[in-house]
Amino acid sequence: MLRNKLNLSDEKIARARELASVISEPVQEFIDKSTTTTVERATLRILGADGVDADDQPIANVVVDNMGDNLAFGAAKPYINALLKKGFTPDELNTAIAEGLDIHELELTDFTHIKAKADELIQIFAEKVKKNVKYRNDKIKEYNRPESNPKLYIIVASGNIYEDVKQAESAAELGVDIIAVIRATAQSLLDFVPYGPTTEGFGGTYATQENFKIMRAALDKVCDKQGRYISLVNYCSGLCMPEIAVMGAFERLDMMLNDSMYGILFRDINMYRTFVDQKFSRMVNTYADVIINTGEDNYLTTSDAFESAYTVLASQFINEKFAYNAGMPARLMGLGHAFEMDPEIKNGFLYEMAQAQMAREIFPEAPLKYMPPTKHMTGNVFMGHTMDAMFNFASKATGQSIHLLGMLTEALHTPYMQDRFLAIESAKYVMNSMEDFYDEVEFKKDGLIMQRAEKVLNQTIVFLESVQKKGMFDSIEEGLFAEMKRPKARGKGVKGVIERAPSYWNPTEEFLKRELGIN
Amino acid sequence: MNIKPYGDALDDGAMQLSFTLPVPLDAKAREAARVYVMKLGFEKAEIVYSKSIAENFSFFVCYGKSAVVLDYDTVVVEELEQEVMSYDEINEFIKREIKRKVVIVGACTGTDAHTVGIDAIMNMKGYNHHWGLERYPMIEAYNLGAQVPNEELIKFAEEVNADAVLVSQIVTGQDSHIKTLTEFVELLEAEGLRDKFITVAGGPRIGNKLALEIGYDVGFGRAVYSEDVATYVVEKMVERKLAS
Ligand code: B12
Repeated sequence: MLRNKLNLSDEKIARARELASVISEPVQEFIDKSTTTTVERATLRILGADGVDADDQPIANVVVDNMGDNLAFGAAKPYINALLKKGFTPDELNTAIAEGLDIHELELTDFTHIKAKADELIQIFAEKVKKNVKYRNDKIKEYNRPESNPKLYIIVASGNIYEDVKQAESAAELGVDIIAVIRATAQSLLDFVPYGPTTEGFGGTYATQENFKIMRAALDKVCDKQGRYISLVNYCSGLCMPEIAVMGAFERLDMMLNDSMYGILFRDINMYRTFVDQKFSRMVNTYADVIINTGEDNYLTTSDAFESAYTVLASQFINEKFAYNAGMPARLMGLGHAFEMDPEIKNGFLYEMAQAQMAREIFPEAPLKYMPPTKHMTGNVFMGHTMDAMFNFASKATGQSIHLLGMLTEALHTPYMQDRFLAIESAKYVMNSMEDFYDEVEFKKDGLIMQRAEKVLNQTIVFLESVQKKGMFDSIEEGLFAEMKRPKARGKGVKGVIERAPSYWNPTEEFLKRELGIN
Repeated sequence: MNIKPYGDALDDGAMQLSFTLPVPLDAKAREAARVYVMKLGFEKAEIVYSKSIAENFSFFVCYGKSAVVLDYDTVVVEELEQEVMSYDEINEFIKREIKRKVVIVGACTGTDAHTVGIDAIMNMKGYNHHWGLERYPMIEAYNLGAQVPNEELIKFAEEVNADAVLVSQIVTGQDSHIKTLTEFVELLEAEGLRDKFITVAGGPRIGNKLALEIGYDVGFGRAVYSEDVATYVVEKMVERKLAS
């Protein structure tokens, strides 16, 4: 068990949580009366919509695009109705839609039949997902390996899923615990999920259900060979958060990036859109027992890590609250933070330690995700390797859970195979050599580390108070987070946000809420 | 003047290399690594470390002594060489020579979402104690942010009657920056606007040479500040008699 060392005030922590809760309320109200095109497409995917038409348009998009204003009533009804009317299985219906069937022209059958059919389809989804959760838990039990602390996490990003597989296998051989496939640069702004296996992508590999499947199968083999469970990660971010969450649930992803504000701040996605999407996607993640990774670390790339450390903590509180609102337990909340202070700062390492230890103590159950230095990495790969070693030290010394390996070539390119090897070697060396460090070391009472943590917590409260006064939407508009100003009415995907009609019906959402015990 | 890399004695030609070969590690692989390095023009090469890093991949660290000699006097630089004016000098220069505000529009284009670079050049607060273009009293700067389509950037530049357009590209994987940068120039040409603006490309992997090849007036790489860009733009305006 990790002991507390910073002597932080419980009242202050409680105060920050309370502020996050008040801040989230109006947002939650908005979420609850809205839907989006991608929430409806995710709903259809849960019910069985899959595949693409002749123009490579996913069936879920075809159905939703043809609904016009009727989307306010939800996409589930016409889809299920078509299944009943035609006497089709979902696969048969998908083919018919691909061939041009317009399901919206069909007359509506009795709603009780539609409801019964919905239950049946959702059961199929539920069983698949439960089977996945069980498989994962059984394997972890079967392998019976002690958990690494922290778990080592690397990325592959070749653009070609088959090349990614090779690189992932190699990283697994070297002993990493978690492998993330980075998405292609442009994917977050696509308002559909590409289909099938893909072999070209800039900056990363497209997140498609088939690619998920290919990588999962490859890793499962490595798991059995090595007798330990290796987690697979992908991104529920961008314009299709909920749909990618559904694909991840089907293909047994173990972790998914899922931040309540990342898309708004770093991809210029409309704020209302992201807030609605994150809720549905987090419900799906929770149901599939997927650990989310939030994106606070990114703030420190546009803001200064020393000056703006409090925005990270504030966002952790906000992400935590939104996750609770989606029924997610703390054990699935991989809250993010990062080692991003300017290496020139005197005692910078002590401040990093303070920040990381503080996150550990304030979110004791959360599998914290700790990000390596990126912003101050340069072409001097030797200096970079040293900075990464310091980061490895801070991570182990403060009991972090998910450790993104820093790459010496961070400023240059997505990692080469040898970059990963060097990163893993360094982390293993540092962490093994200080295995029991956490237990051995205390911080000086009222020393620099304690004072720094207290100061950041105080600043966080002041900051959350100002967000509360302004309201979340206005705060984002004014650039309070990550110094990015995002106007309410602008941003990508704004047209896909729809107010629910009074008779809006979404059986998958009802199901998830029931299962997760939320309203 | 002839030069060679310096290790601990003049002209020893000492260099370090590290690389991976797609073969399993054994004595043959190590010898292959050495022979490969020799082929690069080394007269001596020693594989000082080798390690299997995946089933069929081996990593090597090598120290070698190169035989290649370079005549330093034959080297030509492609980077822009200019005497950079200070913030105050630039404002004074504009007042004196151009006699109106200079309009500069900038964006990180295409699907690239990195704003920090273009912000460093343009935003009020600047970067590393160098104020950005927005702060210059004699410059009217518009920073459109990231993920801006080329069409939109050009349209905006026309609307505000820009003197210069700054284009940032950070992601270079699979040469995506070249595609995006080229498209911008092609669009300008198609609309007959190529000579209307001074075009400036920038980003950590953009050199002046590359920018000129693609058709920009100038390109800037790493560690560039607003003064570098502003100096170039205002002097170019005077040279091209765009200052009216
Ligand atoms: C911060 C950061 C991010 C942030 C960006 C936040 C933001 N709002 O900008 C976030 C987290 C969002 C991000 C996302 C991604 N990133 Co990034 N990111 C970085 C990082 C860590 C720092 C970049 C930075 O801010 N540098 C500081 C600024 C000041 O430096 P600069 O950009 O070089 O700018 C200077 C000069 O180049 C020049 N300059 C720049 N533009 C211009 C323009 C003009 C006109 C002029 C004159 C000068 C100029 O002046 C500036 C000041 O001197 C780099 C790694 C690194 N250390 O460089 C990776 C890096 C750039 N990212 C990378 C990648 C791949 C991505 C992703 C594609 C990953 C993914 N698959 O999701 C996504 C991008 C998605 C997209 N659509 O673009 C790669 C690019 C690899 C490559 N060469 O192609 C890098 C190198 C990391 C890596 N090793 O993989 N990233």
